[in-house]
Amino acid sequence: MKKEDVPQDGNNMHEGSFKQLFYATDNAGQYVPVTSVGWEPENVAMQQAWEEINERVQQARARVLAGEISPVAYYMEKTIMDLPLLASYVGKFQWQVKRHMKPAVFNKLGDSMLRKYAAAFKITVQELQNIK
Amino acid sequence: MDEVLEVMSDTQFHHAQTAHCESGVISNIFRHYGLEISEPMAFGIGAGIFFGHLPFVKVNGVPGTTYRVVPGAIFKRVSKRLGVKIASQSFSSPQKGMEALDRVLEQGRPVGLLSSVYYLPYFPPAYRFHFNAHNLVAYGKEGGNYLISDPIMEHVTEIDPKSLAEARFAKGFPAPKGKMYYPVDVPKEVSFAQPIRDGIKQACSDMLNIPLPMFGVKGMRFLAKRLKYYPEKVGDRKAVLYLGNIIRMQEEIGTGGAGFRFMYAAFLQEAAGILRRDELSELSAELTRIGDTWRTFAFNAGRVCKSRSANNVSYGELSEMLMQCAAEEEVLFRKLSKVKL
Repeated sequence: MKKEDVPQDGNNMHEGSFKQLFYATDNAGQYVPVTSVGWEPENVAMQQAWEEINERVQQARARVLAGEISPVAYYMEKTIMDLPLLASYVGKFQWQVKRHMKPAVFNKLGDSMLRKYAAAFKITVQELQNIK
Repeated sequence: MDEVLEVMSDTQFHHAQTAHCESGVISNIFRHYGLEISEPMAFGIGAGIFFGHLPFVKVNGVPGTTYRVVPGAIFKRVSKRLGVKIASQSFSSPQKGMEALDRVLEQGRPVGLLSSVYYLPYFPPAYRFHFNAHNLVAYGKEGGNYLISDPIMEHVTEIDPKSLAEARFAKGFPAPKGKMYYPVDVPKEVSFAQPIRDGIKQACSDMLNIPLPMFGVKGMRFLAKRLKYYPEKVGDRKAVLYLGNIIRMQEEIGTGGAGFRFMYAAFLQEAAGILRRDELSELSAELTRIGDTWRTFAFNAGRVCKSRSANNVSYGELSEMLMQCAAEEEVLFRKLSKVKL
């Protein structure tokens, strides 16, 4: 890649200020470091990943409001975790966390368990129990 | 030693932005002790270039692809090859880990830290996924906050103790467990010649000789074959996500797959000067062209992602492009392994 060809496709995800560094060749074929504000394919892929996440969050939210799943499932999506990761944060087995995603089970959870989930999601217990 | 302490009391740490976190930390931290090593040189001596596709290791349901060796390996290899003694520790609790960090910082030593980008507040939000193998340097403390030189950022920054503890003790795979590392003995004079030879030998072996289909040049073909059938195997929607992940791993900040090809080409160029081997310059130019092929692949993959019209033809074409990358890299590493160094 030549120095002039280093892409400069900015997008709002970099928040304008963030540049990454590449190695590219100058006219004599010598490698030099060059900064870039972004590249279209990467931006597309990144945006897509976030669209997918946002969609899953919205779906989970709708299902919580419909009483199908507990807020644990919603916040798991919202914090981009998956089941194994969440289970390790709250120190439970995956099947236990899965159970806690049932509204009936969630409603009977004790304070200490609720606090563990709240800590993992970095929210308060109130926020955990009442999703926005 | 006194001199170092004097410098550090002013928390002087020369931060240079680099392309990748691990080779960047090596370059920045070794320079602090007077061992000048460029990022590409660290990457090359550490044999950082690699390829692996692991369909059974899924991150958020998407199969993993890597363009580099496992986190930590570059650092370990470079230190060993240059004769730098490293102290490295992990911790059972955040409290112990933070206290140990403070103690080393008080001695005036900059410290490399393993962390999860999800908990680093200075990262652009769009990049904050649960990626647990990010490396950064803490070089001091000021007003309760830690002074941070994150190699992929343009400038030094600060972080509050709570966020840093969260980042260092993130859960998941691989769990960083507060890992910290710092040089305790850096040789005054270092010759790069033998470390370069060892690094090249290892890179060739990793790219060509691992007897498993997922790794090295074989891994590229492995991915190419699977990629072709993504739409019919997992459906259009997931196929696009899988493809998107390949691009992100290739181009995203600090993971740069094609970026790694260019970085390795920069290494070969530097090595050619040190070892006085013109063949290495030629191979550097050849790898630059391969890097461009990778970028063409990413560019086309990006288009398929964007259009979302996942027709099988486009996936077939992308698969062929990957096969082309594999063929070119195989030729390159075979030539490289035959250069008399």
